[in-house]
Amino acid sequence: MAEILGIGAEAILVKDKFYGFEVVRKTRIRKDYRNSVLDERIRRRRTLLEARILATCKKNGIPVPTVLHVDLDKAEIVMDYINGVRLRDIMDSLNEEEIRKYFWVLGKEVGLLHKVGIVHGDLTTSNMILVRDKIFLIDFGLSYFSKELEDRAVDIHLLLRALESTHPRYVETAFQEFVKGYREVMGGYVESILKRLEEIRMRGRYIAERRRKIK
Amino acid sequence: MNEILVIGIESTAHTAGIGIFSSTRGILANEKSEYKPISGGIHPREAAEHHSKTFPSLLKSALEKANCRMKEIAAVAVALGPGMGPCLRIGASLARALALKYGKPLVPVNHAIAHIEIARYSTRMEDPLVIYVAGGNTLITTYVEGRYRIFGETLDISLGNCLDTFARETELGFPGVPEVEKLYHKGTQLLDLPYIVKGQDVSYSGLLTHALELFKKGYAIEDLCYSLVEIAYSMLVEVAERALVHTKKKEIVLTGGVARSKILQKKLFLMAKIHNARFSSVKPEYAGDNGAMIAYAGYLALTSGIVIPVDKSFIKPLWRLEQVEIPWRKF
Repeated sequence: MAEILGIGAEAILVKDKFYGFEVVRKTRIRKDYRNSVLDERIRRRRTLLEARILATCKKNGIPVPTVLHVDLDKAEIVMDYINGVRLRDIMDSLNEEEIRKYFWVLGKEVGLLHKVGIVHGDLTTSNMILVRDKIFLIDFGLSYFSKELEDRAVDIHLLLRALESTHPRYVETAFQEFVKGYREVMGGYVESILKRLEEIRMRGRYIAERRRKIK
Repeated sequence: MNEILVIGIESTAHTAGIGIFSSTRGILANEKSEYKPISGGIHPREAAEHHSKTFPSLLKSALEKANCRMKEIAAVAVALGPGMGPCLRIGASLARALALKYGKPLVPVNHAIAHIEIARYSTRMEDPLVIYVAGGNTLITTYVEGRYRIFGETLDISLGNCLDTFARETELGFPGVPEVEKLYHKGTQLLDLPYIVKGQDVSYSGLLTHALELFKKGYAIEDLCYSLVEIAYSMLVEVAERALVHTKKKEIVLTGGVARSKILQKKLFLMAKIHNARFSSVKPEYAGDNGAMIAYAGYLALTSGIVIPVDKSFIKPLWRLEQVEIPWRKF
């Protein structure tokens, strides 16, 4: 019956049955390291927002799990189970061609996501599930609604950083294809994103290039 | 095996420090002197003056503590960055002078790497997730493929800077972290301050601004300190938790000046417990900036063949952590 799929950073994911469907029950765990009022507030707000965002994605054809039930008091979302493999776990076994293909697809999906006004907020390869040629985006725990250039650029900045830190070997190829896919949906807007991305990186601490620019 | 002695010189910010590390006997000396501003934050030029005045006696007492002479030392390690230019220059000048006078190799050390390595050394952790929190830095890093990669960091000001500035503006004194923490324990109410986590990163400037606004509106300082600390630390622990789950590491170590914080230690300990990870904090004497960590990191670099000619030993005020290759951790 119920099988623990994973204990994530903020939620526990249990594979379960729900009216005959194979589902994932995502429950935001109480964190005893933070004040209980703060904790309750964070878990409630994030659960509600996540459910709304998943529904919006679904409506716009972005591959995400379908929401079947929400319980705010338990900080719980029930959604359908995505049967695939985590991109993070197979990155090291992918060849260059596969990397190109998947990151192009990913670029298109993130482009679409941004187009409908959603920022994922945690675009790491742990949060991408490969099902045939589609990449399902999961864990919208830190997502929010925004069409701001800054927010979108930070979203992509996080992806780039996650790639650099976890899969340093593939960064260039993967990112290049990602940008191509993104451009297909967002067109020339991608140039503004890339420009802002550069600015965001310069804002980081101890960036040698920043000093050169100021001079 | 012959004993290798390395002397380490630290002067990146407010601390002038000299440490001596022995490959067989460990840390033999860790002398330091901290520049304390009369008012406001660190003034780089005044800090630099402080360093140049205190280094001669620090050097003398470090050698006495270690019971050795300069000619027995194998190499001179120096923190060339990141940090404040005027301060860095003082340590670099001393290091160059010693290297030239005694004919010793000069070893460049990245200050952040030294904080990480001394934390591993003092806790005996093999491959931890590192939480580095200080006046100038707030970041989460771990070793991946030859370098320390950054998994999360502040997008604006550091945690130490946030609390120090709050303490200064509310006249609690400098350094601010211990002062704010004292009042933390007296606070009773959690105020609604912004909790800003963006993926694996945090942002503290909005939190600081908002807390100062509430202070001006007359909210109780105890509640403000409680809320500020509670929210600022919880944000950090949350992103650390995300990084831990993402990297699947089994150890967490806290390092840097703010590592002395019992409140932060407790929160990280509770978080580590959830994931069956081991948590430990760097020994208090190596938490704040110090020369011992530069000596130790210098020893690691020296034995991996990293030395720099004196005429190339420029300071690097913006030397980023990921730029440094870590040859001593190939496994």
